[in-house]
Amino acid sequence: MNPLPRHDEGRLAPLLLEKIAVLADLPMRLMEVCGTHTVAIFRSGIRSLLPDTVELISGPGCPVCVTPAGEIDRAIALARQEGVTLATFGDLMRVPGSSSSLQQERARGGAIRVVISPLDAVQMAEENPARAVCFFGVGFETTSPAIAAAVKEARRRRLSNFYLLSSQRIIPPAMRALLADGTVNIDGFILPGHVSVVIGKAPYCFIAEEFSLPGVITGFEPLDILEGIYMLLRQRKEDRREIEIQYSRAVKEEGNQRALEVMGEVFVPADARWRGLGVIPKSGLAAREEFCAMDAAQVFDIPYAEVEDPPGCLCGEVLQGIHRPPDCALFGTQCTPEDPVGPCMVSSEGSCAAYYKYGRGNEG
Amino acid sequence: MKDKRILLSHGAGGKLSHDLVEEFFLPAFDNDLLRSLDDSAVIPVGPARIAFTTDSYVVKPLFFPGGDIGRLAICGTVNDLAMAGARPLGLSASFILEEGLPIGDLEQVLASMKEAAKEAGVRVVAGDTKVVEHGAAEGIFITTAGIGICPEGVVLGSAHARPGDAVIVSGPLGDHEIAVLMARGEFSLQGEVQSDCAPLNGLVEAMLGACPDIHCLRDPTRGGLATVLWEIARSSKVGVVIDEAEVPIGEQVRAVCDLLGFDPYYLANEGKLVAFVPEGKAEAVLKAMQTHPLGGDAAIIGKVVAENPGKVLLKTGIGGHRLLEPLSGEQFPRIC
Repeated sequence: MNPLPRHDEGRLAPLLLEKIAVLADLPMRLMEVCGTHTVAIFRSGIRSLLPDTVELISGPGCPVCVTPAGEIDRAIALARQEGVTLATFGDLMRVPGSSSSLQQERARGGAIRVVISPLDAVQMAEENPARAVCFFGVGFETTSPAIAAAVKEARRRRLSNFYLLSSQRIIPPAMRALLADGTVNIDGFILPGHVSVVIGKAPYCFIAEEFSLPGVITGFEPLDILEGIYMLLRQRKEDRREIEIQYSRAVKEEGNQRALEVMGEVFVPADARWRGLGVIPKSGLAAREEFCAMDAAQVFDIPYAEVEDPPGCLCGEVLQGIHRPPDCALFGTQCTPEDPVGPCMVSSEGSCAAYYKYGRGNEG
Repeated sequence: MKDKRILLSHGAGGKLSHDLVEEFFLPAFDNDLLRSLDDSAVIPVGPARIAFTTDSYVVKPLFFPGGDIGRLAICGTVNDLAMAGARPLGLSASFILEEGLPIGDLEQVLASMKEAAKEAGVRVVAGDTKVVEHGAAEGIFITTAGIGICPEGVVLGSAHARPGDAVIVSGPLGDHEIAVLMARGEFSLQGEVQSDCAPLNGLVEAMLGACPDIHCLRDPTRGGLATVLWEIARSSKVGVVIDEAEVPIGEQVRAVCDLLGFDPYYLANEGKLVAFVPEGKAEAVLKAMQTHPLGGDAAIIGKVVAENPGKVLLKTGIGGHRLLEPLSGEQFPRIC
């Protein structure tokens, strides 16, 4: 995959912006589903350059943000068990559960290790045979193939001390739930690039076919995002509602078959709970029966308990695009990245953290 | 926070570190010299002005491409003195050694300290050693302190930036943090990024030679460029505007940042400085930097403005803008 040459940004961006301005005669509300887009949009200052008629709304595509507090509590309960090392993605360290966070548990001496690849946790299990190494697998389709591969690798190495606490979710069912609910007024979707590398185009086609809305699978460089926005505006101008691929240098229509196969070998779709969206049918991934010996939720005594959202926290509405982060009374006062109340302030890809870090005082 | 404990993020050099200092350390030791929170305290002694600073060094692993904890301990303290414009007079070095540390490792660290001190033209004139039991330290912890003498007429400080000043960095950002991250092996990343760890007093001398009235010098260590710029904007009550296209960042560092979701403006450096230079002198200072071996890639990256005091605005590559806030907590790699 060749990244776009950044030195051309300054020359090409004004050309795209001009084309956008021409088409943006009427208001258009676009949802960027993915948290990586949210951050890229802020980092590049795209909002400050778009016409007022183009409004960008952040969606539910930050895996940390949609993980319910009850599942964080479960990971904490696991980390507190004698002889357990919990391996996790760094993003999850600060997420508050009902009374603690993994970061606070680590400060109290909990065996919690940050990894960026699930395979690192498998390696950790092999090197520490006396400990149970549990990987807290949070993520979307982007991460699931790697988690599936790690589970298979642990089996290949005949490790009996590697476990997975699965908290994986898949994107299209959540978008369907959002659209079916009808609360959010959306005119088109900037669709996630990385997720689509794995799943391809077909899983989004219901957006155009059933809900009559356009979508463009978009890359993460500032120029990609501008082009994605332009393509959405062009569809409206030409009265088309289709799923198009802007990010064609990485995304194939059919996705990555090998990755999908590995996922299918290890996981089956299962109902999953999303913060803000509730339980969405077949929107999660659970271990297949033949891998249940590695399923931490089955092996360890860590029952799931529902946790009420903190009073006043609007994360649920923010994730659905109903409210913007500054609409929340806690935003920037009681809820900051150092001492977050809700998960959207925790994750580097959460909308609240992005607004707080990049947006205060200069958002468009 | 409900159950207050020290978190690793308190040591990351960002907003939490800042809060810890303001909330606990400043009230405990409050005095006018400490309050400026510059890299060195400048103490008047008769007609002379003595710069004094101290720093502790903990790094895992002890040895990394481009340096080790010993080189870090010399350069870090020399650089804190240099940011006050001071010529280093002498350093002290205290060691906390962990039981079981291979003597060979100690020898290697000492050899590298000797080498770095030679480069900086400074001597280690006092020291101390303690040994703690296995597990109570991570191999070696080093604390160095340094004194230096400020040349007459050179007055630098975070509060001295003025509208019109040019903002100059001495070279590409983030090499140190990425080199250490890679050497740690936790993220199975491989690459050839070398730490930039180096004593900057020679470079500073060359810069002050070109312009003795530079307003402010800072080395963007933990917390990175963004945090240092924010501190200066706040202390000087000015706005700072940075042009993203001009900020030098190496290809590999950029690639790792893209992969992990890190922002290069928050990465630690150990051999780079940021200078705030009066408008008309920027080119002369830049030229002096570029002819010095540690400033070959120096670049003017922005300017100081009167508007938006206390804020740092970044003009992005596509012509947009956003605020650069101080680092908040540790940078954790993102999930996807």
